[in-house]
Amino acid sequence: MTASGAVWVYAERHGEGFRPVSLEILEHARSVADALGTKLVAVTVGTPSSSAKSLANYGADEVITVEHPLIERYDTKLFTDLLESELRPTDPAVLLLGATRDGQDLAGRLAVRLRTGLTAHVTSLEVDPEKRLVGWVPGFGGGIEAGVVCPNRRPAIVTVRPGVFASPEPQRSTTAVRIVRPVLDETSFGSRRVAFEAKGFTVDLTRSEVLVVGGRGTDGDFGRLQRLAHCLGAEIGATRVATDSGWVERERMIGQTGVVTHPKVVVVLGASGAVQFTVGIEKSGFVIAVNRDPDAPIFEAADLGIVGDLAPIVDKLVEELGEA
Amino acid sequence: MRCVVCLKVVPRPEEVRVNLEAKTLERSGVRSVINPADLNALETALALRDRHGGRVSVLSMGPPNFEPYLRVAIAVGADEAVLLSDRAFGGADTLATSYTLAQGVEALGGADLVLCGDESSDGGTSQVPQGIAEWLGASQVTYVDRLEVPREGILRARRVLEDGTETLDVPLPAVVSVLGGANEVRFIDYDRWALAEQASIRVIDAVELGADPASLGLKGSPTVVAGLREVRKPGRRHEVLTLEPELAAARLAEELRRLGVTHT
Repeated sequence: MTASGAVWVYAERHGEGFRPVSLEILEHARSVADALGTKLVAVTVGTPSSSAKSLANYGADEVITVEHPLIERYDTKLFTDLLESELRPTDPAVLLLGATRDGQDLAGRLAVRLRTGLTAHVTSLEVDPEKRLVGWVPGFGGGIEAGVVCPNRRPAIVTVRPGVFASPEPQRSTTAVRIVRPVLDETSFGSRRVAFEAKGFTVDLTRSEVLVVGGRGTDGDFGRLQRLAHCLGAEIGATRVATDSGWVERERMIGQTGVVTHPKVVVVLGASGAVQFTVGIEKSGFVIAVNRDPDAPIFEAADLGIVGDLAPIVDKLVEELGEA
Repeated sequence: MRCVVCLKVVPRPEEVRVNLEAKTLERSGVRSVINPADLNALETALALRDRHGGRVSVLSMGPPNFEPYLRVAIAVGADEAVLLSDRAFGGADTLATSYTLAQGVEALGGADLVLCGDESSDGGTSQVPQGIAEWLGASQVTYVDRLEVPREGILRARRVLEDGTETLDVPLPAVVSVLGGANEVRFIDYDRWALAEQASIRVIDAVELGADPASLGLKGSPTVVAGLREVRKPGRRHEVLTLEPELAAARLAEELRRLGVTHT
């Protein structure tokens, strides 16, 4: 039986493996568990035990996999019920999940089921001197972040943004996997999937070396940005305004509610630089910004800033880089 | 169909100032807006009513000065608006907020469908709709960009995921979070302005709500803000130049070549 007070990480299945964010969290959670003087437990649902085994290679003291042939995909009701029955008897101190679509769907439901606190979208984790887990959440529009704790209820549930921790290197481990085999039938599921359409493209900006990012000042002309991106071998990113306006796919949104990126170079075009956006680029190696407003806060987050109209500048730049 | 749309009034994020010493947000004088994604939820509800009939109620939690925003929702097309307002509701985290809103839905006589925006532009936790669903014991579908009711008692909703979309059938009642930008929100119906101005907005306090006082507001919130700190910004060069396009492009090309990210 797992000791109470442990740190648990929910590893979200993705294909034959796991979402990268789950492994990022798992490796990082090792130091959280050490600071709290407790064990690190990885739990996964619907993952074949052969894949679940690999979770031990990222620092887990214990791996639990809940298996059943009927579990082919995420289902809110089923996953909430299964995790509840794993968590209640073992009383963990902390449960960490990746802030993916399914991860958030699950975290929000589970937190209320367990009548506990939830801190969403954290970008860093610390253990304070009182041995409480502090999740830091950026935002509030003023360049500050709030440290949130959940002192009196367990587990403290926390969702972590993809990309905020480094990609881990697996280490060989011999930790055994505990397989849980629940009894299920069709009534265990809360939904029936009637269709799935894979996206024609998938983009993971957290893995891009170079990004060209557009904001309101592009007026929706991402074709121009695309030409520059082509010259630089870059992916296209966008601010919330640009994705909300439907100029590019929502997956390209960078910032507090989008992805946190860490490219070598990012070129930010026509974005004012609200903190909700800049949290998504502050880990970049080198930040270039073009904006017509000399007082735009983006220049405070930039290594090299150009004050001017982006259309002629980008066109000239594409010309310049296209030659030679 | 009986729809309840949860609507949050949020400060314009760019206008909020932080008092780092007092660790508080200075919201006075800050203008507010209806959270954008909540308008997409409202539009979804109105489109369902257009098709299936029924009633659309708007539910919000906050101080009495939120009333004008609820009138906007009525002018757009909602049938009624209810404001949960009491000092006891203040300081609520996602657990207490979702509890209070779920109680509000019950106070309205329940709903077939509760619609929320997928996230608020101020708090941004994306977790309240799931919480409401759990308190109500209802189905939930999150990050939805389109939905329909193909037959009695069934909701068919399309979720937008990282690598595709999935369409789910769930039994009603259900709580749905609608993606910001999922639809085009109809304009305010100017013929409805007079109606909206005269509409009586029902205000419900904690006593009338009949909720468990220990589950409300600060008392009902297990999470606590232990500290605020300035976001540590990495040191940047802060070289800012005002140049003609040609010179600007040359300067940028030079820098990009130095960084080794050009093909040329």
